Amino acid sequence: MTEKLYLYPIWLRIWHAINALMFLVLLVTGVSLQYSNIDFPLIRFDYAVTYHNIAGIILSINYLIFVLGNLTTGNARFYKLKIKGLFQSLMKQANYYMFGTFKGEETPFPVNADRKFNPLQKVAYVVTMYVFIPIMIITGLALLFPETIVENVFNLSGIYLTALLHGIVSIMLLLFLVIHLYFSTMGKTPISNFKSIVNGYHEAHD
Amino acid sequence: MLKKSILALLFTFSISSMLTAKMIVNMDDEPAHMEDNKLCFDCHSKAVYQYENEFSGKIERKAMNPNFIFKPEEFYSGVHRHFSCTDCHSPDYETFPHDAELRLEEMYSCLDCHGGDETYARFHFETIEEEFQKSVHATKHDESFNCWMCHDPHSFKIMTHGNYKISEIVEYDNNTCFSCHDYKTVKFQRISDSIKPPLEEIHDFLPNFELHFSAVRCLECHTDTKDTMWVAHNILPKEKAVKNCVECHSTNTMLTAKLYKYQNIEARKDRGTFNAVLLNEAYVIGANRNIYLNIVSIALFLLSLLGVAVHVFFRIKKK
Repeated sequence: MTEKLYLYPIWLRIWHAINALMFLVLLVTGVSLQYSNIDFPLIRFDYAVTYHNIAGIILSINYLIFVLGNLTTGNARFYKLKIKGLFQSLMKQANYYMFGTFKGEETPFPVNADRKFNPLQKVAYVVTMYVFIPIMIITGLALLFPETIVENVFNLSGIYLTALLHGIVSIMLLLFLVIHLYFSTMGKTPISNFKSIVNGYHEAHD
Repeated sequence: MLKKSILALLFTFSISSMLTAKMIVNMDDEPAHMEDNKLCFDCHSKAVYQYENEFSGKIERKAMNPNFIFKPEEFYSGVHRHFSCTDCHSPDYETFPHDAELRLEEMYSCLDCHGGDETYARFHFETIEEEFQKSVHATKHDESFNCWMCHDPHSFKIMTHGNYKISEIVEYDNNTCFSCHDYKTVKFQRISDSIKPPLEEIHDFLPNFELHFSAVRCLECHTDTKDTMWVAHNILPKEKAVKNCVECHSTNTMLTAKLYKYQNIEARKDRGTFNAVLLNEAYVIGANRNIYLNIVSIALFLLSLLGVAVHVFFRIKKK
């Protein structure tokens, strides 16, 4: 029998939906801007700039909701990392994804009311949400107001360096998206995790 | 006319002896005629000048006509810094009060001195003149629109031939345009009855108007992109101005052929889009593409897809 666990409260699902949508807009417009081509425009440049700016601002405000939500609802506990034994846990989870899952082994860190994420997820989410996204917000805001950026850093344009960092981290986030979407198919059924983030209930493996 | 020709000849002779073909203007030495010019600048650099009235014996203080005020520091940092005022102006100006008729003295145009002279061949003055004749400045105005409208020989600098930063070139050149095209200037109204809206309003399609105006010159969009001149002088009608962002914001950015060529020509190496000026002094979205970052990003993205594909394969196989 399938056990259903209410893991994703409404505020988190709304935050996730907005975040996902803005993330996609930023990704597509960002690629369009970075690889703009006069003969093959993905999105008209000025439109892409506007959409990118608007989506960036919405995502930034939304990020504040995420931080605030975590601080006030106790959701933050799911992200707490224990350094002791972390490496072993990560290896265990990686081992499961690489080999165990194909042998029909049980997941080493099953989801329950106190553990929403496995160690690999935790590290990925912590790095993404508390390192990558803040870097993107800070560099993005700086690029929105380029007059705030130091003009010259060791003979390199400060704006260029900021944009370079924005670009590098955006690649990391793209990789996160690919992996995040793929691992979402590893629920009870390939679509059960997608249903969960809509209805809030996690379906545990049998 | 004869007087003008004699003056032009004299001055060409005196200048050519001063200059070598290699170094057109010596910017290091002290200006050649500072002492003589001081007499003129004593009055013509100030908003208020004073003189002794010979009849009353009193010291009179008068406001100087703003059009006749010149800053010595600007003159001496310009290309004509070694000139004496009377190289171009009548020696009759050496007496005061100046003869009223002197005001009608004709001004030299650039070609009067620089045309047909090998010393200045690399500046292509004749081509500049041809291009200018095609421009809206020439076609929409009568011949009173001359080089002086934009290039005041009292302060003109060759920004694109020196060691100036891109931002300095942009500021200098754009100020040249703003001196007329800023709707507040009197200069614009001297040649036109139209009241233009503020530049910000005309260019409101540009995201971050101020950044664009401080990063690129008006010339980048308002001259012919096919212009192969060092500095384009064929100013196009406004309908033909570049409005397509991607003209600059792409790897084939036209800025490489325009603003950035001044430094790229010396620094250009086969580094693809990893371009010296774009890297050091400017950031243009869509044009600055770090080739290494591109390769690494595409490789990582493909690797992640490959990883997913392999995983999916085994999931299906072991099902």
